[in-house]
Amino acid sequence: MPQLETLAQVIDGLIALLMLVVNLLPEPLAAPFEYRFMQRALLTSVLVGAICGLLSCYVVLKRWSLLGDAISHAVLPGVAIAYLLGWPFFIGAFITGALTSLGIGALERHTRIKADAAMGLMFTAAFALGIVIISKIATSTHLMHILFGNVLGVQTTALMLTLAASLVTVLTIWLAYRPLLLYTFDPQQAQALGFNTSFIHYGLILLLTLTIVASLETVGIILVVAMLITPGATAHLLTDRFPLMLAISVAVGVISAVVGLVLSVSLDVASGGAIVLVASGLFLVALLAAPKHGLVARQWRRWRLNRV
Amino acid sequence: MNDTAPALEARRLSAAYHQHPVLEDVTLALPQGEWTAIVGPNGAGKSSLLKLVIGGLTPLRGELRILGESPAVQRRAGHIAYMAQQEHMEWEFPISVRETVLTGRYGLMRQDPLWQRLLPRHWANPSHRQAVEAALDAVDMAEHAERPIGELSGGQKKRVLLARALAQQASILLLDEPLAGVDPPSEALILATLERQRDAGRTVIMVTHDMPSARRHADRVLLINRQVVGMGTPEEMLSDAMLARLAVGAASGSAYGGARAAA
Repeated sequence: MPQLETLAQVIDGLIALLMLVVNLLPEPLAAPFEYRFMQRALLTSVLVGAICGLLSCYVVLKRWSLLGDAISHAVLPGVAIAYLLGWPFFIGAFITGALTSLGIGALERHTRIKADAAMGLMFTAAFALGIVIISKIATSTHLMHILFGNVLGVQTTALMLTLAASLVTVLTIWLAYRPLLLYTFDPQQAQALGFNTSFIHYGLILLLTLTIVASLETVGIILVVAMLITPGATAHLLTDRFPLMLAISVAVGVISAVVGLVLSVSLDVASGGAIVLVASGLFLVALLAAPKHGLVARQWRRWRLNRV
Repeated sequence: MNDTAPALEARRLSAAYHQHPVLEDVTLALPQGEWTAIVGPNGAGKSSLLKLVIGGLTPLRGELRILGESPAVQRRAGHIAYMAQQEHMEWEFPISVRETVLTGRYGLMRQDPLWQRLLPRHWANPSHRQAVEAALDAVDMAEHAERPIGELSGGQKKRVLLARALAQQASILLLDEPLAGVDPPSEALILATLERQRDAGRTVIMVTHDMPSARRHADRVLLINRQVVGMGTPEEMLSDAMLARLAVGAASGSAYGGARAAA
């Protein structure tokens, strides 16, 4: 297919660009990136860090952390069924992720079950189904890779999916920037101004699902939610401007993904865990040292107030 | 837009909120260009009436028309500006006062050419910027325009919400308790601003518990307690006898004492 070839060329171009930056690094750091699999892992990490960073602003501000966790777990049976049928895993993952989020909405709206219980119920059920299917058909290494990610094993097809998902995410957020911002900030106002809020709501959920599916190979099902919370939460501590929050969050996502990748190679530890630990470390720094909302700044203000 | 149609017209309108009836068989018409105060006990369906207009609630039965059309059509056309209660806002959201007021223009921005919609607000159509600056001036918040909304005092927050509704330059202003919890200077400023809007030919519809302000400023008062208890001039409607009727109606339905109504 010509589209796939174009995507492959775009990937080669992006890798070449990244390698220009990598070659500026000191020799011991740059050396592992001579391997093609490391280059693919690097590009995947950058893309996943960026789109998770973008989405995480909406997740944090909309209080959707648990929903993100629910969707990411609900993806597992989709992966398993796709494996059974010989489909690409992301199709199954996307379908069960989207179905579960619709199911959560329906349970919440039409019964007396509250949102958090609806989410917990749906995603654990879906996750359990996934575990059962996988235990029947695949080895435990396979399960480990899905659950915890394996960015070093990313193949070109998976990288293409990640790239396509990134393009869709970035374009959607750009094109629908104002409706998304208004819906996140004040859904009632969005409605009063005649925006179709259920369309925006489900659009945002689908975007979230897409991001989760695209990140599976890198950080895995269990830890992807960390990349959907930590960068946004870190950025929220650092700024009171939404566009800047998006930028900081993307930066945190990309830095965590790349530094985590390098650490996982040099220390020979799981990539998903390393990436999330770096992100958590950045959050900790922001929590302590953020100029206005950090703990140190707050204590300092309190101390000064008491002195006066 | 229809010049003669009522600003808001309800025919046998009923609505329920979580299976609790909030409005039963309401029929009323509010003319354009007037300032109406909607008065009634808590849970009487005042805010619900506004929610029906902005689409936060759908009617069970009956019909609701805004300027002769369905509310959905008029929302999309930008004719309805809404000022929410302060408690329903996310004040921790990372957004400045100016950008908050600009969100009042987001509906109208859909009519801008695509390239303008894809660029930051500095390149937006100047009409939006002018409307925002005028609205900020009207509520005396221009000097706070770059501050994050979370840093504002209660009265300032109310003024920002009002500025956002003004920036839309809509023909109908719906205000849910614009005077609740504000200090006297802010209250005077809000009332003076609304007066100017009414004098400019706009329709002002406000839900309020503030009887003295309703008496002094509104052209008409709508007494509501799930059903219409009465509508007329402030003198007629805010008399002791009418307020007693409002409270009697409430005693059978909700927890609204006579003391509140007389206050």
